[in-house]
Amino acid sequence: MLEHDVLVVGAGLAGMRAALAAREMGANTGIISKVYPVRSHSNAAQGGINAALVDRGDAWEEHAYDTVKGSDYLGDQDSIELMCQVAGEELISLEHMGVIFNRDDEGRLGTRAFGGQRRARTFFVADITGQAILHVLYEQLLKSDITSYEEWFVTSLVMQEGKCCGVLAMEIRTGRVYMIKAKSVILCTGGLGRVFEPSTNALIVTGDGIALAYQAGVPLMDMEMVQYHPTTLKGSGVLITEGARGEGAYLLNKDGERFMERYAPNMMELASRDVVSRSETIEIAEGNGVNGSVLLDCRHLGEKLIKEKLSQIYDIGLDLLGIDITQEPIPVQPGMHYQMGGIKTDIDGLTSVPGIYAAGECACVSVHGGNRLGANSLLDTVVFGHRAGNHAAETYRGTEHESLDVEGLVEQEEKRLAEMLSRGANGDRVAKIRLDMGTAMNAHLGVYRDENGMKEALDTIQQLKGRYATVPVEDKGRTFNTDLVFDLELGLMLDCAEAIAVSALERKESRGAHSRTDFPERNDADWLKHILVTSTPAGPEISYSPVVITQWTPEERKY
Amino acid sequence: MELAVNVRRYDPEAKEPVPYWSEYKVEVDEYTTVLDTLINIREDIDGTLSLRCSCRSAICGSCSMRVNGHAQLACKTRVSEIAPDGGSVTIEPMGNMEVIKDLVVDMNPFWDKVKAVDPWLQPEGPEPEGEYLAPNEDMLHLAGVMGCILCGACVSDCTVLEVDANFLGPAALAKAYRFVADPRDSQEKPRLDSLRQYSGIWDCTRCMECVQVCPKGVAPMDRIMAMRDLAMNAGFDKEIGARHTDAFVELVSHSGRLDELKLPVKTVGMFNIRAMQSFAPVGLRALVRGKMPPIFHKMVPNVENVRRIFRKLEPKK
Repeated sequence: MLEHDVLVVGAGLAGMRAALAAREMGANTGIISKVYPVRSHSNAAQGGINAALVDRGDAWEEHAYDTVKGSDYLGDQDSIELMCQVAGEELISLEHMGVIFNRDDEGRLGTRAFGGQRRARTFFVADITGQAILHVLYEQLLKSDITSYEEWFVTSLVMQEGKCCGVLAMEIRTGRVYMIKAKSVILCTGGLGRVFEPSTNALIVTGDGIALAYQAGVPLMDMEMVQYHPTTLKGSGVLITEGARGEGAYLLNKDGERFMERYAPNMMELASRDVVSRSETIEIAEGNGVNGSVLLDCRHLGEKLIKEKLSQIYDIGLDLLGIDITQEPIPVQPGMHYQMGGIKTDIDGLTSVPGIYAAGECACVSVHGGNRLGANSLLDTVVFGHRAGNHAAETYRGTEHESLDVEGLVEQEEKRLAEMLSRGANGDRVAKIRLDMGTAMNAHLGVYRDENGMKEALDTIQQLKGRYATVPVEDKGRTFNTDLVFDLELGLMLDCAEAIAVSALERKESRGAHSRTDFPERNDADWLKHILVTSTPAGPEISYSPVVITQWTPEERKY
Repeated sequence: MELAVNVRRYDPEAKEPVPYWSEYKVEVDEYTTVLDTLINIREDIDGTLSLRCSCRSAICGSCSMRVNGHAQLACKTRVSEIAPDGGSVTIEPMGNMEVIKDLVVDMNPFWDKVKAVDPWLQPEGPEPEGEYLAPNEDMLHLAGVMGCILCGACVSDCTVLEVDANFLGPAALAKAYRFVADPRDSQEKPRLDSLRQYSGIWDCTRCMECVQVCPKGVAPMDRIMAMRDLAMNAGFDKEIGARHTDAFVELVSHSGRLDELKLPVKTVGMFNIRAMQSFAPVGLRALVRGKMPPIFHKMVPNVENVRRIFRKLEPKK
């Protein structure tokens, strides 16, 4: 029998941090991931991790204010205060574990500038910060005695009398289904980028945890807040780090003008991401772009700096476009990048359903509100992963596992998978449905939105759900059946898409990443509140939750 | 441009599970990567094709496979570079690992070897309140090794692993180097002591394959060579590999060229009877085929110049 006190789903930064914390608290801990831990998408975080270190003359209040303003006042200020207060501690503990942060001349941790912040407080490892931290947490995982289920896919959460008591999961290598009992499950499955096409996100980023929680009746919050990153490579949509602009790169239009001067005269290229993405979209729409994109110019930074601090994007330019960024600007455009919303949790990662926790991108505490600042995502993962691990371990200490009909549950799940495998060809394909969903979401829930477009997207999603019910899985085998995995993921993504569209239709104003051409202004009187969406038998149900305001009264947002 | 993609397949559930080839025709352009073509195949042509892939930007390490015979990240390889005029490409699973299905290989032994080098930082003494102080050059140097994404390409094409599955291999050894060279780690000597044993740093044959195929410029072989130096400097100089290195240097610095008769003798030691006996058949075969090195070893002309170079390079003791 597979059972743990705490089972973490997902082995990126939040997941491994949560698992390590839970184990440290003495819990019998397991971690389960559909890929090997070092394959997780935390890898892709290039730029860095924010922390206001007091001994550098920085103050957490400054960081918190920048975050609140960046969130367009939708972030909960108590959660943001907490995150910024413990940021230094978490950063140092990562360094102690072995992360090889870049240093200053005295051998202390060095910083770089990042968007939406008035001072340089982003700590980094070249432009591989996420990877460098992910691999170090993996080292710690290897050092621990945490049970790691690698290349296992969680197919359902198991609920009994309103409490979660484990998961059903498929071992991808064999196709066998197992029940893993757990007193608490921490969902750390990351974002949902693949719901959109294109997206900077990896192919594995399919909103699994968000949808699993949604299906289990946990409310999702701020789902309408989807971040478009200002610099993604034209064509492939691959991410170009904000670190490039942090180091001083320019954004140019077809006339070679630094157009951000007209949109954000103070912060220029380093204004908040939503602001820069909108500016680029306007430039392109007004015919100032270059073949549907704008240009990111790194040339003046010099070859040495580029190769030392931006080596990965130097490689990306060469590998994917054949462009040497030390010699030529590269074409970039806004691209779907991050989901600010997610599973609603408190500051300990706990959801409204006992036994279900969440942390990292799949969760919504909410610290990012309407727009996340660059380099706050890594911080979010370690701070709230740590707290969720602690709390989950503590809550069910000394309690017993629920008694369950394990064989029955496994059999039922195997039947469900067998039905999916048994469907005959009907001309439709999982990939086609995914692409139709992604295209519709990008067209109607992108940088600019309006009522008609969003309604159209929601209609499309409903139709796609119909097609999904009968779509065949071509690979009929059990061994490493990635085709089946994609089908399972698609079902989860469609739920995420629905939650996003429903929430976005509800918010009748423009705030943060949610910009409506039919409601272009922010409207604090009516909409300074979170939108929650809960899955019910009658369909998605909307409710609201107040925004917590402690010391910063909402004001107009200018960069 | 049309491209023929030949993929080596394997289905363990087939009646007679043997590898076979599938050929697919796909449209590609200048920027299409090998991974793009495989995703295209999987999504539009043949959903039964299994492979691992995720980030599409050479950072997650999932999509290592052999492309035209050499391990590469499929997402980092543009078709136009390897088949500039169309034609065909050949895709196979990584080598030195058991195939599970199609392009998916069993990586468990790979992870076990990574774990075997105790890959976690082991500082000494109580933790400081702030960060450990460390020179930026050291961290930049380590970032080069930390760039390793554990994709397995080096292990796939390692020529030692082909004949000795026990070899820790380039990836695990590069990982080990990341700690040996970390100024914050206190276990340099014990780590080197363990790495100098059988299956460790002395088992590399310096074939350069790992350096060649590494998609992230980690150069595992160079890290292994650096650890050989560090191990010898730390006093671990009795290994056969270390003695071989010393003997090599001594002989060349003396006569300006290698004395191939003395090298094995000096390496194993004159009184190591068993090892000396084991050379006899090799010597006989060499003699029969006329490949015996000259009994009387000659110095190169102007050998003094060679010696001067060695004196200059020799670290001051």
